[in-house]
Amino acid sequence: MITVCRIEELPPGESLRITDGVPAPIAVFNADGTIYAVDDTCTHQDASLADGWLEGCFVECPLHTALFDLRTGMPTCAPAKTPVRTHQVSVENGHILLHISVGEPA
Amino acid sequence: MKHITVVGASLAGLSTVRSLRAEGYDGAVTVVGEERHAPYDRPPLSKEFLLGDVDAAALALGDADEDEALAADWVLGERAVGLDTADRSLTLASGRRLRTDGVVIATGASPRALPGAEHLTGIHTLRTLDDAQALRDALRGGFAPRVVVIGAGFIGAEVASTARRLGADVTVVEAAETPLERQLGREMAEIVASLHADNGVRLLRGTGVAGFTGDSAVTGVRLADGRLLPADVVVVGVGVRPTTDWLAGTGVRVDDGVVCDAGCATDVPGVVAVGDVARCPHPFTGRHARIEHWSNATDQARTAARTLLTGAPAVPPATAPYFWSDQYGVRIQMAGHVPAGAVPEIVEGDVEERSFVAVYRYGEAASPVAALALNRAKLFNRLRRTLAPATTTAVA
Repeated sequence: MITVCRIEELPPGESLRITDGVPAPIAVFNADGTIYAVDDTCTHQDASLADGWLEGCFVECPLHTALFDLRTGMPTCAPAKTPVRTHQVSVENGHILLHISVGEPA
Repeated sequence: MKHITVVGASLAGLSTVRSLRAEGYDGAVTVVGEERHAPYDRPPLSKEFLLGDVDAAALALGDADEDEALAADWVLGERAVGLDTADRSLTLASGRRLRTDGVVIATGASPRALPGAEHLTGIHTLRTLDDAQALRDALRGGFAPRVVVIGAGFIGAEVASTARRLGADVTVVEAAETPLERQLGREMAEIVASLHADNGVRLLRGTGVAGFTGDSAVTGVRLADGRLLPADVVVVGVGVRPTTDWLAGTGVRVDDGVVCDAGCATDVPGVVAVGDVARCPHPFTGRHARIEHWSNATDQARTAARTLLTGAPAVPPATAPYFWSDQYGVRIQMAGHVPAGAVPEIVEGDVEERSFVAVYRYGEAASPVAALALNRAKLFNRLRRTLAPATTTAVA
């Protein structure tokens, strides 16, 4: 488990890229008040999803505009075909906590 | 419409098949592709693939599940050589004829060649997977080759960058004084051009090529000013020609590409064109020009599919054209259209660090008409959505 930041440090519409203490970079989003975390690297080609455009609970890859559903990690349109792995997040005592998934994406 | 034939099996062709199915078309689809490969992604050919970081399988655009869902008949390794618009049939190089109701022209473009290269080995162009494999083999031959890249456009710059990373001694020869000036404007183009020198690659500007030396294998590039650049590998990246020869005499109007309306419709009913080969008026740029961007091939596919299925020109999205390039570890992203007189302003980052975002403003209202980013994807993607066509912001 990793403490990401205080909740007020990630306001709605914002994202963070976590690189310390994780096997591979993870992107954390505040989508209209709900916190999501997914693997940061687009499954299509090398791009950081934390840099992507957030719309509802979808993030658009900043390179090819593939859309991923942050709830499931599933791509909803080409060119991405493979889901990104999702990670559990919780908010405790005003901090966002990240519980890293292991293994393959669903 | 019961049978649609897509001529061209690359991104534009595959995207049109996807769009036809997404629009509910459930008739037959045949895709004719000159290359023997199933559709693959071309941008990595000058980058990750050339470097050896990914193999050909990783470039596949489709997969088995999608193939089944699309239910198209793939005719690969076959070139279309004729189209009979009265009879609604296509002729392939093998002599085979295909009857069809609708036709999607997605034949793309092929690299321009330079005279004198025909009889020499070691002179490459880069468009296809096979081209990239041949160049990859040449660059990774076990010694550090001397590489001369002719043309400092995006392909040339990316190949130079990759060759440099593979340890080659690289010189880039560019006919213009400032490469990419038309796309980026002079000030920003100069910054991007400086990436070559930053990374130990020589850029010779305003320099024409007179010919090549060598008997069977190339040994050098002769410049217009008489200088000779010794070379083991030469890469020619001087632009492309749209693949339209096969349409001569068919009634489909061709003039630097297939001439289309904004909905991708050609002069011939039931025939549309998409991707690099299609010359459509663009609602954002206001220009009637071919656009050779990856994102244009996918955007146009939706428009062309709707036009073909409804028989009336579909309205294209008025989004800003977008492209990217990876050079020397720097991700360059550009959106919009830079008209003469647009002024770039750095809004974030630092030019010296090669990490910044510039917004181009135009007209009395100083409206944002284009955005350029080096290694700054996040702000770039926000700004990309705020751009306005210069045609609507221009002062009359």
